[in-house]
Amino acid sequence: MADTVQTWGSTVPGKATAKPNRMQKFLRRRSTIAFLMCLPLILIIVCLVIYPAFYSIYLSMLNKAQTRFIGLGNFTFLMSRDTFWMVVQQSTIFALTAVFFKALIGLITAHLVNNLPAKGQRKWRGMLLVPWVIPLALSTLGWWWMFDPTNSAFNYTLRSLGFDGIPWLSDPYWARFSVILVNVWYGAPFFLIMYLAALKSVPEQLYEAASIDGASAWQKFVHITLPMMRNIIAITVLFSMIVTFANFDIVQIMTAGGPRNMTHMFATYAFLLGIRSGDLPLGAATSLFMFPILAIAAVFILRGVRKRGREIG
Amino acid sequence: MSSLSRRSVLKTAAMGSAAAVASPYVSGAYAAGTLTLGCWDHWVPGANKALDKLAKEWGDKNKVDVKIDYITSQGEKDKLTAAAEAQAGTGHDIMSHRDWNIRIHQDKLEPLNDVVEGLIKQYGPISPVAEYLAKIKGTWRGIPTTVGSQVKPCCSRFDLYKEHAGIDVRDIFPADEKKWDKAKVDSWTWDKYVESAQKLHKAGFPVGLPLGQTSDAVDWVGGLFNAYGVVMVDAKDNIKINSDETRQAMEIARKITESMSPDVFAWDDAGNNRWLISGKGSGIMNPPSAWAVAKRDNPKVAENCWTHPVPKGPKGRFVGQLPQFYGVWQFSKNKQAAKEFLTYISQKSSVGQLVAASVGYDLPSFKSLYDLPTWNEVEPPKGTVYGYPPRGDEQTSIVGAPARSEVGAQIYNQAINTVMISKFTQGKEKLDDVIKWAEKELEGTLRA
Repeated sequence: MADTVQTWGSTVPGKATAKPNRMQKFLRRRSTIAFLMCLPLILIIVCLVIYPAFYSIYLSMLNKAQTRFIGLGNFTFLMSRDTFWMVVQQSTIFALTAVFFKALIGLITAHLVNNLPAKGQRKWRGMLLVPWVIPLALSTLGWWWMFDPTNSAFNYTLRSLGFDGIPWLSDPYWARFSVILVNVWYGAPFFLIMYLAALKSVPEQLYEAASIDGASAWQKFVHITLPMMRNIIAITVLFSMIVTFANFDIVQIMTAGGPRNMTHMFATYAFLLGIRSGDLPLGAATSLFMFPILAIAAVFILRGVRKRGREIG
Repeated sequence: MSSLSRRSVLKTAAMGSAAAVASPYVSGAYAAGTLTLGCWDHWVPGANKALDKLAKEWGDKNKVDVKIDYITSQGEKDKLTAAAEAQAGTGHDIMSHRDWNIRIHQDKLEPLNDVVEGLIKQYGPISPVAEYLAKIKGTWRGIPTTVGSQVKPCCSRFDLYKEHAGIDVRDIFPADEKKWDKAKVDSWTWDKYVESAQKLHKAGFPVGLPLGQTSDAVDWVGGLFNAYGVVMVDAKDNIKINSDETRQAMEIARKITESMSPDVFAWDDAGNNRWLISGKGSGIMNPPSAWAVAKRDNPKVAENCWTHPVPKGPKGRFVGQLPQFYGVWQFSKNKQAAKEFLTYISQKSSVGQLVAASVGYDLPSFKSLYDLPTWNEVEPPKGTVYGYPPRGDEQTSIVGAPARSEVGAQIYNQAINTVMISKFTQGKEKLDDVIKWAEKELEGTLRA
């Protein structure tokens, strides 16, 4: 078979076709080429994701001075602290609320954009993606200025309209609302673009058939759109849930975990314990706390996705 | 005149090369090698230049190539860099460390007893806060720097205090310690502070003391707690927060909080500065940075600012101090040069240049150096920051002391004291419940 392979050399007249050696054969295999092309990415993932992940697991099992292995000691210590459980509760509220609203807003906006005439759709898609493409630290600073405790632009507007100002960042519950709002603002475009892609892939014939059967718009949404989007919804929710649980920038810039520790997330609390207070193992344990829970959730969600994929296939 | 043949040129060049290879540190411009510093990036424009100048002078004299990287403390980037260098075992020779970082990296820092003890011999007693933070088990692991070290005394609008509270802070604390009248100075107490804060609040110019979880908030509350004798954890790991002293101090804090804007719970370290500079506030507790920015952005405010000692409590007058340090990593390749350079920049002549470049913001850790001319000279008004270095009966303190510094670091960084006040005032929790909460948090800081 090797003789049938066209090589640049074989077209040169007057030159005998050389039989490829083992190295050339090895390099010509598709899997080899694929592996070599993926190698830079694999190296990056190994160096910047897998190694740090295992190192942080190792770190979380050391004592404060990093001189002794203490097993799950840091985790049991964390579980005995009220403040830590408050962080768990806050992170859960933050992630669930933010992901729910991001998904809801993304779904509604995707439908609206999908129903726009093709001509103007690109402009809207571009504009709606703006929050997602601005560097998060920068846009959060902009939000912080608008929520500024003393000179808030929002409060200035409210007051000039005759209303009282709102303690956006100085009241713990308003502060929670504010950080969730910024997260929703930033993350909703990701849902929008994913859902828009999913909507565009739903075969038009299904809607036509449903229309002939007399289905209402709601029935079409429930019985056609949602089932066809289930996989993409599951994957986006999973992905967003992981990213939102790990959020750092928004809370660190806007409230740094205050007032009264009532906006701390896992990442900001881990930073407080690990970097500011100098207890790196405890910080590592804090940041890894949700890892098993999210990993199990990911396994179940991805299993569901695969199952539905096989059913459709 | 001798002729220069090709052969003789080649011979000379070969000999020169051989000599250079055999003894690289004999005749080069930087014969004693390179010294790298990772330094805190000063917020005062141009202040870094003073350190650059000192580094060049010393480097030229000692044939050492001194390279300084200025690292911002915004987002704790300097602390992250130090943590990364400590983990990696490589990086700068000298690293600046803020507040608790010497303790955090103590195992990786070179002992500096010879340098610090030499300076103590020269300049007398060193700040007890610096000693608490950098002298670990009898060994100095860091040397207190002038650059970035600070205290947080009162910075008051003397015009507003006089008009609305009937207090002339310039009369109590004139810009010459010899003229301070003991009776007047003693009258500046926390009770008096509460009374004036209430009057100023009524007049529409409240004081602005932050109650978030950043260092400005932690430090002023620390001064108040110390003035009432509050001990959170003692040196023997006993939790002492449940005391009458705590209850007294919390009552004072409640009264002050009621006289301030509710925004103080969300302020970061710049919140109080902005409050004063805006003209809305009558007083803050801060280094002269707020005054310096007001001088640029709102000169009318700056002209009426006066920095002076904090109020006194039953146990004394305590101002929050936050020193910075230089540490020499154990993996440094030029430890001797590092020590000599640190000694050089700690001399009075060098300190004077650093203080002048920072417009009086930088504070050395030796009381004998508080006579530098900068604090008398900067204006407006003349003498405005004379009261910045602790004078008279004002003592320095840091939240977390006298607990073991490992414990103190947790207490400080988790801002347990300010959260107590927030829970009590903003959260309307019962004082006993707040104290119980604090006891539980403090118990957590004692983890081995």
